[in-house]
Amino acid sequence: MNPVATPFFFYLLSAMALISGVLVITRKNPVHSAIALIFTLLSLAGLYLMLYAPFVAGVQIILYAGGIMVLFLFVIMLVSVSRVERESQFNKQWLVGIAATAALGVLFILVYAKGKSVFPERTVQLPEQLNTQQVAVWLYGTYMLPFEVASLLLLVAIVGAVVMAKKRI
Amino acid sequence: MVPITTLHYLVVAAALFVLGTIGVLTRRNVVIILMSIELILNAVNLNLVAFSRLYGLHGQVFAVFVITDAAAEAAVGLGILIAFFRNKETVNMDEVDLLKW
Amino acid sequence: MLDYVTGYLNSNVTPGQAGNWVWALIYILLIFLGISLAVMGMVWLERKILAHMQIRLGPMRVGPHGLLQPIADSLKLLLKEDIIPESADKIVFWLAPLMVVIAAFTVFIVIPFGPTHAVTDMNIGILFMLGVSSLGVLGIIMAGWASNSHYPLMGSLRSSAQMVSYEIAMGLAVVSAVLMTSFNAGGSGTLSMIGIVQAQAAQHTWFAFKFFPLGLVALFVFAVAMVAETNRAPFDLPEAESELVAGFHTEYSGFRWSLFFLAEYTAMLAVSSIAVTLWLGGWLRPFPSWHGPAITIPNFWEHAAPLGAVDFAFSLVPAVCLFVLAAFAFVGTLRMPKHPLMKIQKGGLGALALVLAGIGLVLLIPPVRDRIQDIFWFVAKVAVFMYLYIWYRGTFPRYRFDQLMKLGWKVMLPMGLGVLIATAVVGVLV
Repeated sequence: MNPVATPFFFYLLSAMALISGVLVITRKNPVHSAIALIFTLLSLAGLYLMLYAPFVAGVQIILYAGGIMVLFLFVIMLVSVSRVERESQFNKQWLVGIAATAALGVLFILVYAKGKSVFPERTVQLPEQLNTQQVAVWLYGTYMLPFEVASLLLLVAIVGAVVMAKKRI
Repeated sequence: MVPITTLHYLVVAAALFVLGTIGVLTRRNVVIILMSIELILNAVNLNLVAFSRLYGLHGQVFAVFVITDAAAEAAVGLGILIAFFRNKETVNMDEVDLLKW
Repeated sequence: MLDYVTGYLNSNVTPGQAGNWVWALIYILLIFLGISLAVMGMVWLERKILAHMQIRLGPMRVGPHGLLQPIADSLKLLLKEDIIPESADKIVFWLAPLMVVIAAFTVFIVIPFGPTHAVTDMNIGILFMLGVSSLGVLGIIMAGWASNSHYPLMGSLRSSAQMVSYEIAMGLAVVSAVLMTSFNAGGSGTLSMIGIVQAQAAQHTWFAFKFFPLGLVALFVFAVAMVAETNRAPFDLPEAESELVAGFHTEYSGFRWSLFFLAEYTAMLAVSSIAVTLWLGGWLRPFPSWHGPAITIPNFWEHAAPLGAVDFAFSLVPAVCLFVLAAFAFVGTLRMPKHPLMKIQKGGLGALALVLAGIGLVLLIPPVRDRIQDIFWFVAKVAVFMYLYIWYRGTFPRYRFDQLMKLGWKVMLPMGLGVLIATAVVGVLV
């Protein structure tokens, strides 16, 4: 990425990701939440491109934005009940939830403050041109077993989802 | 302008994680809870890829596995939701309160 | 200024790789212009060719032989009233055509019209194209849901189920083509579009004819999947008029509907360009490494330059094509009825013939002739695919939806897997 433009695109993409994230958790209509999540996923793909990870960005767009979100939208259309939109959208223990999450946020700040010295900032070591080839070498070399286990996991998930969603087994 | 360091990306990932957790803990609609879980997984992915820039490609390979995992989990979670919806005609998390319907 | 232009034209990287955003913007504008011209041409060509296949004449009134029909259509769509249903979801209704158009147009960033004539050449070119074209499905689902009426909802659910099913077959065919790039003499495979065409040049064969018949089977799987992916006949049940009124774009009128229309034709152009780049050698001419005996041709600007005879013969094809088109227009002018009211149309068609002949003459000038080769062959191959689309529409009956899904999952997917495994095995053994 051109170093001159990096801060501008970083702030633009992270602002888009965070604002869409807020929209995901606050919209009453689940379809609006799904569309906001699509924007979050696309801006995260942009952030991956800035981190010299084009393969992960491509996989994110194809699988997440183009696959999982289609699945979500289908299910929202199947289960959307009109009385849902007239009721309140936050549950009874929302105050406790926000308190717990605030504690989590404080924990993150503590970890970052203390951990800054443990992870020194090095120079960037990844070229962009052969990223896919290098990921393939790792994926089919050292990490072959997790790769096969992941494919088995996907098979189990497909069979399980089909069986659960069928009307009659 | 301050040059963008890895810490900037970690802060964005932490903020997304916190947003996802708020979504899981405070919303009633099951579909939106599942979408907040996807937000959490994406925050973890951003963390992994940000660190992979410093330490080699292992982070990116792990991120690919996390995305695969998220797809499988979304499919199964939505399958459970459809099976439940067929019985009880609701998508409120508050009404999932009987062990056997 | 002039040496800025010539300095750029002599470079050997795309603008995106050179970080040159001015030229990238110029290329993007040129692509917009090209797509608009292509879509207008497709509107006219589709109606005329379908009509001639059905032994009727098609639009003949608006200009000579209906040539100004696209302009009339665009004017009508721009001036039509924009109706939004009362109970429709306004934000999503507004957003849906936007997503479909953005998904269709963004694909053109990585399509190479020549060795350096792409906006940018990403390392993950083909992955990017597959991903972005799957974003169009989201727009269709949003369009059907936002209309809040059951015909659009059924149409959009069927359409998106069809598109998602055939994306898998498309992806497998693409992977088998990418696999063929790794059988290079010394290099490794690549996902970048320019790299794929350069691999075809290095292996001296279009991938459609490699490991005969595997390349052809992969091209066939991709061709069927791309027709289903763009919701065109014979897979156009979700938007056929006798079935679902108009499918997911029933409630859209005027300019919004024309955005869907534009996105459909642009998606057709995009997947045809992918097919041409992956299997038919992109910008390479037929028989790319057959150069023939060296002959010396005197140029006007330089000394006599030695050139292969076959190279020279193929380099005259663009000009010959334009002369043939000019001859068609000229013959049409001569056959126009000799009535005083037809004088303007006759004059218009004659002017078109003269313009086409003029462009053909320009394409004979050696500097232009050398630079136009890549773009011409690419556009010609994409035009062949567009003609195939129209031919399918005029020939095949429509698939019923369950037959469509059965074909996608039970025929195309196993065929794609089979050709992938066969390509891998044959590539390693041979």
